[in-house]
Amino acid sequence: MTWETVIGLETHVELATKTKIFCSCTTAFGGDPNTHCCPVCTGMPGTLPVLNKRVLEFAVKAGLALNCSITRYTKFDRKNYFYPDLPKAYQISQLYLPICRDGRVDIGGKTVRIHELHMEEDAGKLVHDPWIDQTRADYNRCGVPLIEIVTEPDFRTAEEVIAYLEKLKETLQYLGVSDCKMQEGSLRCDVNLSVRPAGSGELGTRTEMKNLSSFKAIARAIAYEANRQIELITEGKRVVQETRRWDENKDATYAMRSKENAQDYRYFPEPDIPPVRLSEEYLDALRAALPELAGAKRARYQADYSLPEYDCQMITSDPALAAFFEDTVALGAPPKQAANWIMGQVLAALSARAMEPKAMPLTPPTLARLIALVGEGRLNRNTAVKVFEAVFDSDGDVDAYVREHGLEQISDASLVEDVVTRVLASNPKSVADFRAGKDKAFGFLVGQVMRELKGKADPRAVNERLRARLAGEGPAPSRGGPRE
Amino acid sequence: MKITTELVDYISELSRLSLPEEEKAAMTAQLERIVGYMDVLNRLDTAGVEPMSHVFPLVNVLREDEVIPSQDRAELLAGAPAPDPEAFLVPRAVE
Ligand SMILES: [Zn+2]
Repeated sequence: MTWETVIGLETHVELATKTKIFCSCTTAFGGDPNTHCCPVCTGMPGTLPVLNKRVLEFAVKAGLALNCSITRYTKFDRKNYFYPDLPKAYQISQLYLPICRDGRVDIGGKTVRIHELHMEEDAGKLVHDPWIDQTRADYNRCGVPLIEIVTEPDFRTAEEVIAYLEKLKETLQYLGVSDCKMQEGSLRCDVNLSVRPAGSGELGTRTEMKNLSSFKAIARAIAYEANRQIELITEGKRVVQETRRWDENKDATYAMRSKENAQDYRYFPEPDIPPVRLSEEYLDALRAALPELAGAKRARYQADYSLPEYDCQMITSDPALAAFFEDTVALGAPPKQAANWIMGQVLAALSARAMEPKAMPLTPPTLARLIALVGEGRLNRNTAVKVFEAVFDSDGDVDAYVREHGLEQISDASLVEDVVTRVLASNPKSVADFRAGKDKAFGFLVGQVMRELKGKADPRAVNERLRARLAGEGPAPSRGGPRE
Repeated sequence: MKITTELVDYISELSRLSLPEEEKAAMTAQLERIVGYMDVLNRLDTAGVEPMSHVFPLVNVLREDEVIPSQDRAELLAGAPAPDPEAFLVPRAVE
């Protein structure tokens, strides 16, 4: 029998606000345990939560970009459960009137429907101490704002799931509402999965998988869990609806304890937070302020700059990189050259330093200047790469560096010609080899000329003169002006 | 609504309360009376009445996204039942 896998996702995304959702404590990552806390986020009795304006704004922006309808009258609810990662014994979330509903995301020819998007607070971190057999609760993350984005069960493969998550991540990063760093837990994903005979219209019993902390883990967990369910059914057993935890090391999912599975959250309206009513003016203003997203940028780069699709994809992979590209081009750099530098040297330099594009010290004027010097024939490309390396970390002055290190390309054609003459004269064997058809000998001669000129000549000019001379042409007129 | 002993067991488990047998009986009777009062309220015809989630006619109570220094940790932990310099200590909760 052929089986079909049916998958729905619940994605939690941490919002990039300065403060928590209901109090003014910082959301900064890390920090000593319980140093980003106050009576509100540690659930002290008698405290009053107040909604962060920016959380609302970010949630609405995300909803607009994901083509959702925005709830004009939205409220919060209490989700009750006893677990010490939540000191209040309830999480403030949204059940009855979530901020956004009915969205959609297009992923390469397929539409994934968004069931809803709601705001809620993150929980704290628990670390068990085996020495004292007690658990330490750290509430620094408690109250950090999240949006939870719930899809319909529209995925059939792990590839579709990854494509959706990549699109989601890209969209939220461009909006500036989240940095979506999976390794820091700011994008987390629960996978609901069931299987059914291909062609069946009915949904099978699903399980929910948690603890998936990378795209790789998600793909493997989906493969494992689909297989497990198919085997159960094939053996005549039943799939039990339960929450399962993915174990990265064992490459398997296992059921969580039944008590954690007892999901009876007894939601009720949160009495401490008054409802939120959104005006049309508010929504219009946010709609108007939505930035150009990656897809639109890619289309524009192809249309306006004739950049290959691959280049567009690479450059728009990060909003800071795209902005860097646009600014460099605005300063006069030819788009394709700017793109080549960014995809080559810039990405290599960032990756060597394990640095995010947004933290890059190099600025667009510096790269634009470097590209201009190469374009004017004043720096050769190899030297320019060395200058790039030298100025990258401090965004140094390209002209000053070139001057101080005497790197400017030799533009005196007669100097190049003299060196070519000398090299040809002192390497008769290579000349003979070349004439006998050994192409390698040519590379050697180019190398010799470049070495004599300390790498400061334009390799194209050296190539051209060497070929001409080897073909029997005489030296160019000795008092030539600067190379055209 | 009939409150059964099983329901009381279930609710106390969700609330992490362990009730001695004799209290369970009292609890069952009390819960029955409280929930029973809802039956009285249910006699009212509320069709077309918007459910009220808040008593005061307030909307859009929001604050700016500006950091205020957090509470001193020692002060924050002072009221915790078990002493620890860094964290709130709770019974084993992690597998
Ligand atoms: Zn706080």
